[in-house]
Amino acid sequence: MIISALPAAELDDRLQRGELLLDIHPFVARLRSDIPGLANDLASMYQGFEVLPADRFADFHVAVTRERGPRHWIKPQARFHFDGRPSFIPLPLHQAFAMLEWGLNWCVAAHSHQFLIIHAAVIEKGGRAVVLPAPPGSGKSTLCSGLIQRGWRLLSDELGLYDMESGLIHGMARPVNLKNASIEVIRAYAPDVVMTAPMPDTSKGTVCLMRPPADSVARRREAARPAWIVLPRYQRDAAPSMAHQGKARTFMLLAEQSFNYDIQGAVGFQAIGRLVEQCHCLEFTYSRLDDADQAFQALLAGEVG
Amino acid sequence: MARDAIVAALLDPAGTLGLGEPAWDLLIRQGRRANLLARLAHVLNDAGLLERVPEAPRQHLRSALLMVERQHLAMHWEVNCIRLALAEAIQPVVLLKGAAYVMAGLPAAHGRTFSDVDVLVPRALLDQAESRLMIHGWQGSHHDEYDQRYYRRWMHEIPPMRHISRGTTIDLHHAILPETARVKVDNAALLGAAIPLDGQPGLFVLRPVDMLLHSATHLFHEGELGNGLRDLFDLDGLFRHFGQTPGFWEALAPRARALGLGRPLYYAIRYVRMLLDTPIPERVVEAVASFAPTGPVRALQDFCYRRMLRPHHASCRDWGTHPAALLLYVRSHWLRMPFFLLAAHLTRKAFTRPKLPKLEPGLGKDAGQEG
Repeated sequence: MIISALPAAELDDRLQRGELLLDIHPFVARLRSDIPGLANDLASMYQGFEVLPADRFADFHVAVTRERGPRHWIKPQARFHFDGRPSFIPLPLHQAFAMLEWGLNWCVAAHSHQFLIIHAAVIEKGGRAVVLPAPPGSGKSTLCSGLIQRGWRLLSDELGLYDMESGLIHGMARPVNLKNASIEVIRAYAPDVVMTAPMPDTSKGTVCLMRPPADSVARRREAARPAWIVLPRYQRDAAPSMAHQGKARTFMLLAEQSFNYDIQGAVGFQAIGRLVEQCHCLEFTYSRLDDADQAFQALLAGEVG
Repeated sequence: MARDAIVAALLDPAGTLGLGEPAWDLLIRQGRRANLLARLAHVLNDAGLLERVPEAPRQHLRSALLMVERQHLAMHWEVNCIRLALAEAIQPVVLLKGAAYVMAGLPAAHGRTFSDVDVLVPRALLDQAESRLMIHGWQGSHHDEYDQRYYRRWMHEIPPMRHISRGTTIDLHHAILPETARVKVDNAALLGAAIPLDGQPGLFVLRPVDMLLHSATHLFHEGELGNGLRDLFDLDGLFRHFGQTPGFWEALAPRARALGLGRPLYYAIRYVRMLLDTPIPERVVEAVASFAPTGPVRALQDFCYRRMLRPHHASCRDWGTHPAALLLYVRSHWLRMPFFLLAAHLTRKAFTRPKLPKLEPGLGKDAGQEG
């Protein structure tokens, strides 16, 4: 059943009881929360995702709950739980949905070593995927958000799940995380996008989540074969430039940006080697999303790389 | 009392055949909360059953196993670094607990996770060992002056030291129990009987009987049993493995008596038999009966340990879980120091900002190291 087909009261009830099983292929998350409003954000951001019956196996049992005690009158807080284990640090209550999203990312990154998990945005068109691995501040999420408004399919804005046997990348097509200035940039670029209310004062500044495009959600089970690895670099007022990047440097970048490269050992080393071999490795400097749209069209047309 | 799912699966892996999705869901949860998921993967793999586990839970078992394999590899590296830093000047350097199980290649290490390396050195060489570690990049933690004094004056270890570049932690001990503990253990006798570790000149492990007694002492003096069930499985593994060595069973009770560790041995044997069906020869059970506490104390301990030696998961809690946790916490402090010292310590802790229990590694890139 699609989450949007669930009556609000039923969704709320399942969430309260911890019986909301969300299909975030290739995983299933079991969610629990007693925080008012979280069900709304969930229904809105995960529109088109399926919910499963409560007796199915779930990979991660996740809860975001209100903190009890006298403090909660002064400064309401929420805490994340994984498989019943509370996280160390609570966050302000209004950041609960972002906390759920980051918590889910952590669950996947820390426990799913059947994949090499690359900290990267992944988008696809015509059966070929672009991997945008990125250190913080490179504008990866903004670039990814822009491109998925112009016909690219979203696999992920944060976690590329690289299947080392098949060489395919999975994403979950989950909501996109936008920060600070990029929130307004994307609103201006694509006025129709649906976002959560801004959540100020997080460790990453003001954060919004953005609903993924419906087509990406519909095709979220389709893995894609990576064809390009593009290191994005936002630079104020820069003219767009797509430049070749050495394979060795790209290798090191991917290893550095992988959550579990150290755990994979030799298998991970060989996997990144093959990935870099089969992809065009590039660095893209940009300042405007319209430029990015054109540059990536050129990429697709085979004019670069 | 019906067995918890994770215990049942570890004792009878074939029983997992035919489990449905809800049962696997519960098993993975309990395994994860008890830090026994990799152990389960190992046991299933040994029995040739891992491939028959349904795909979704199997991925979690495989991931846990992979993680532990890396940890064991890292442990070998880390122990070698410690050896290079210490072994030349400090004799003997004895590895304890998890580090010892891995480096000695014991079955108790199978699928076992770690968070740090525990090392025992002679008291007289403690300062020297600490400064050598500092020279080689380990830094002290707990900079609070009271904590420093508390550790150095009363405890059996100095505050954990963390390596500046590798981020690994070493717990440097000079005794197996605090200075102030009610039981006075002859640490020199333990160090003197330690046996050299193959391939690691200068490094030692406790001899089998002592290793078992230390494992038991550690578990049954502990106040917060974060890994209680995992530690009980350690004991099970040690009993089963060393039990095949000639002379082991005969030496156990006399050595426990000589070291003053009869009570923890009694508890170890009582609870591995009660909860894990570990085979213990009848004559050994009889021999340790004299270490038993009085009836009411035993009943109280049963009340506590039957609850605390379980996974920390909602499915393993009842009305008695909280009282049991509190009782064991108080008891551990009672065993650890005399009443007036305890009163002073707890008063101070009550009026200073309490330290939050470390429940979850940070939700960051380095996450996943479990205690």
